Formats: sequence, C-alpha cells, structure tokens
Amino acid sequence: MSKNAVEVTGVTRIYTDVRGNPLEALRDVSVSIQQGEFVSIIGPSGCGKTTLLRLIAGLDSPQAGELRLNGEIISGTDPQRGYVFQQGSLFPWLTVAKNIAAGLKARGVYKQQKADVAEYIELIGLEGFEKSYPHQISGGMAQRVAIARALINRPEVLLLDEPMGALDSFTRADLQDKLLELWKHDGTTMILVTHDIDEAIYLADRVVIMSPRPGKISDVIPIDFPRPRHRGGVEFLAMRKTILEKLDLASAKPEPEYTI
Amino acid sequence: MKISNTKFLIRTVLTLLGFALAEVGSFAIPTLQNQTFVIRDEAYRAILAGLMVIYLGSGIFSWFSETRRVKYAKRAPFRLFIGLVLLVWDMLGTKFGKLHMPFFPGPSQITWVFVEEWEFLLSNLLYSLRLYAFGFFSGVFLGVGTGILIGWFSKANYWIMPVLKMTGVIPAVAWMPFALNIFPSSFLAGCFLVSMCAWFPIGFQTARGMQATQKVYFEVARTIGGGRFYQLFHVAIPNALPTIFTGVSTANGLAFTTLVMTEMMGARGGLGYYINWAKAWSSYYKVYAAIIIMAILFSIILKIIGAIQNRALIWQRGLTSNVEERG
Ligand SMILES: Nc1ncnc2c1ncn2[C@@H]1O[C@H](COP(=O)(O)OP(=O)(O)OP(=O)(O)O)[C@@H](O)[C@H]1O
Ligand SMILES: [Mg+2]
Repeated sequence: MSKNAVEVTGVTRIYTDVRGNPLEALRDVSVSIQQGEFVSIIGPSGCGKTTLLRLIAGLDSPQAGELRLNGEIISGTDPQRGYVFQQGSLFPWLTVAKNIAAGLKARGVYKQQKADVAEYIELIGLEGFEKSYPHQISGGMAQRVAIARALINRPEVLLLDEPMGALDSFTRADLQDKLLELWKHDGTTMILVTHDIDEAIYLADRVVIMSPRPGKISDVIPIDFPRPRHRGGVEFLAMRKTILEKLDLASAKPEPEYTI
Repeated sequence: MKISNTKFLIRTVLTLLGFALAEVGSFAIPTLQNQTFVIRDEAYRAILAGLMVIYLGSGIFSWFSETRRVKYAKRAPFRLFIGLVLLVWDMLGTKFGKLHMPFFPGPSQITWVFVEEWEFLLSNLLYSLRLYAFGFFSGVFLGVGTGILIGWFSKANYWIMPVLKMTGVIPAVAWMPFALNIFPSSFLAGCFLVSMCAWFPIGFQTARGMQATQKVYFEVARTIGGGRFYQLFHVAIPNALPTIFTGVSTANGLAFTTLVMTEMMGARGGLGYYINWAKAWSSYYKVYAAIIIMAILFSIILKIIGAIQNRALIWQRGLTSNVEERG
C-alpha cells in the first residue's frame, strides 16, 4: 500500500461560462492516491469535484498539468478507470444482467468471461432481477448495477460521482456496506465524490476537502481508526467535527446587519 | 369489476342476437331478384353463421376468466349493433330493393363475390401483399440506413438531410409518371413508390432518435471500453428504436395509400387494380368486396407491426402495462 496509483500534478481546468468569461473549475490541483486506497472527496457545490473525477476518467482534459495512472499519462477513457455516474446511467434498453455484461461486450471479452456476470449479480445481491429492465428496479438497485457494470472490467481505479446522492438514508447505508465489501473483494482503488460527511468518514482512508472559486484542494485528512466504523462512536464524531470546521460549517455564521 | 353468471349469459345472448336476427331475416324474407343476374344469399348466410360460431366460442372461452369476461361483456352492445345494422342493410338492399343501385348493393351480393371470384381476388390480394412486402421493407431498410448515416456522421447530416427534407415532403405518387417510364415493370415502379414514401419518415425519425441520445450513455460506453462501433450499435441505435417505430407507423399509413394509388393508376394487378377493373364494369358490389379485403389485410399488417413494436420496445417505461389495458 505505498505505490501511487493515481497522480494528479498541477492540474488546471478552465471552462467558459455563459457570458463567455473564463471560469476556473480547478486551479493547480495536485494529489496522489495510493493503490488500493479508498479516498473520499468532499466540498461545496461547484468546487470542481466532478471536474476532477472526469479528468481522471479521461472524459475531459486539462489546460495545464498532468494526470497519471501507474506512471502512464491519462489521455482518453480506458476500462482501467471505471466511472459510476450519479444516477440514471443504466442503458434503459438492456436488462440488469445485460447492463452488467455491457462492459465485457464493449471490450469484446464477453464469451470468455460470461461467468463473471452471475458472480457480480450475486455480489451486489440482485439474484432474481437479472431479467428486469432499469425502470422496473429501485434507485438503490440501479446504482448497484451501475457499480457492478464498472467493476466487471476489473478496473485499477473506480471513480464514483455521488453514486448515492439520490438515495434515502437506509438504502444509502446499505449501499455503503456493499461498496466496502466490493472494495475488499477486488482491491480496487476507490475515489468517491460525496456531499455527505458521514459517508466520507465511514468509507474512506483519506478525505480530500476541496474549496471553490477557484476549485482547489484545501485539506487532506487521514481517517485511521479501524473499520467497521461506528457512526455514533467518539472517534467518528470527533472526526466529523474536524471536517465540519475545515469546511467552515461548524458554527452558524453571524447574520449580516442589514437583514430585515 | 366482476360479472355474475346470469349477467354474462345475458351478454352472450345479446352478442349473438343481432346476427341471429339477421340470419332469420335472410331466410324468412324472399330475396328480390335483379333482372340481369341472380343474387345468391349463401355466402352471406354462411358468414353470419360463422360469426355466431366464433362469438359463441369466444363466449365459452371467456367464461373461465374474470378479465376476459369483462372484455367480452363490454363488447356485447357493439356486436349486437353490428348484427342489427346487417339486418337493416339486408332488408333494404337485398329484400326490398330500397337502396340506390348499383352503387349500394346488399350484403348478399357483396359477400357472394368471395365465392364467385375467389381465385381472381386471391391473385390480386397476393399481388398487393407482394408489392407491400417488397416496397415497404426496402423502404424501412433504406430509411433506417439513411437515418443512421445522418444521425452518426455530421457530413452526411450536412449533405443528405436537406435532400431528405426536400424530397420527403413530396407525396411519393407524384413520381408516378417518372417511375412508370424508368422501371421495366409496373410492379417495380410500384415498389419504388411505396419504398419512397416509407423512406422519408423512417430516415428522419431514425436520425432524430440517434441525435437525441443523452450524453451520459455515450460517456458510460466510453468508460467501459466501448469504441465508436459500440457507441453506434449499442447506444445510439437502441436509443433511436422508439422513434424509429414512430417513423414506421407513419410510413405504414402512407404506404397503404401509395400502394392502392399506384395499383389504381398503373399496375396490372393488386386490389387497387381490381377496384378499377370492377368499376369499369360498373360492378360496384365487387368494389365493396375488395375494400372489405383491404380493410382486413391492412388491419392484420398493423397488428403484426404493433406486436413487433411491443416486443422491441418492451424496455420502455409503462409501455407494456398500457398495452395490457388496451387489450
Ligand atoms: N462543461 C462545462 N462548461 C462550463 N462550465 C462548467 C462545465 N462543467 C463544470 N462547469 C463549472 O465548473 C465548476 C465546477 O463544476 P463541477 O461540476 O466540477 O462542480 P462539483 O464540485 O461537482 O459540484 P456539485 O457538488 O454541485 O456536483 C462549476 O462552477 C461549473 O459551473
Ligand atoms: Mg458534481
């Protein structure tokens, strides 16, 4: 657990906003993520979390800086870097089993690795739903399928952009445990964007905190107490307080004087 | 909703009553014979008897299922009405000669055509069917092909889309004089016209459906290792299936019209040709017979296409349950 899998060095990504002005979604961002590590990225809306994840995925490219996976420059997408979108990314015209198999089909290895589909359906606990279509399953189930679809390619890194953002808290807790289970099963490096502080602490080895305008990394906090982590435990709550303070959300801001 | 046994029996009797009355009427009252030819009632009577057997059978079949009972009972008043209409029509047309001849013949005269001229009718029916099959399927093929080109390659979109839009608004039959001269047979000319009329809506809808694919599906395809080929055949085209079927339905309606028009104007066979031929002899009862066959044929084709569509679009939200409701 010391080899760096993902290395982001001095990455800048500038978009053009609706008025045509430059918008610095990321400025000079650097971060290294170790092989097999579970990293959560947290930060206010618009601070460039998705932008960073898309750059690592190769769905987008930076204006400055470079990104590497195992020493190789990232350019373009690759099944080595799996991506799980927030919601509604399953192909509606394919059944659950075929959505999961899509990764194998896309790489042209379906015939050789057909058996993996059943394995992943079992891993995500969706036996009996193989033939259901996406509109017939719940949001939580759909996200499990999306995760399995990315994992069946045995990626080096799995990038997850708020995969549980649209789920209720019970389903969410359930899926968090599932994710840990899959992480242990495959040893995949996980990079998870979330806006749920508890989720970040519950899952990650390190929490990366980002701040907006321009988007940059403001803190990296290691979470070193052992799993399974008790959400009400002393260490957990202390860590929560630390992160809230870093995010500047710990105390209510004073009201401006001119409010009515 | 539940239907009691007595109520269902009453509904069954109602269903059959209209046709039974029509049958009784046909037997009880003597047919007014024409001076020029003999009117035969046998075919009409046999069809009435056949309808009664079918509806009795479907009544017995429906007895055992709640949902089928409801459906059957719901349709009873309409079937009774049809039977009564036949009765009245038969009385006015065949029995008392109150309808304006030869434009409005009675049901006996029309149905006897099926017996008298079945071979000629069948050969024309097969001609129409063949023309439809070749013309329509080549149109679907061309349309989907063009649509894929336009939907996938921006160059094709630039060069072909305007052509498709310009030629697409022209009704296919306008090409008739040209088609009849260019093609070696009137059958091929007909195929060309039917194909043309299907080409535009299907091509247009295919392209539209592909271009409307959500970006996230392409991004998923890219992250799981799918290249251009995968993105085209496993993302863009499946995404276009619903609109392709919208195009196919539109094209189908146009194809029926074009088919009959080309047959009436240039062909040497087909139901349209038969209608023209019968009209030339002032045998309007034969025109009606051909129209009835056309109605049945086109309905069957629509049913088949509908079934294919439901199978292909089974993944769409809500579609299956809607179909169940509609029956
Ligand atoms: N394609 C784009 N074109 C223009 N601006 C963009 C584009 N994508 C992102 N941005 C801008 O870049 C900034 C960072 O966006 P990003 O989506 O990375 O934020 P985020 O941290 O993921 O936010 P959220 O928590 O709301 O998802 C935002 O101000 C956004 O408006
Ligand atoms: Mg985001």
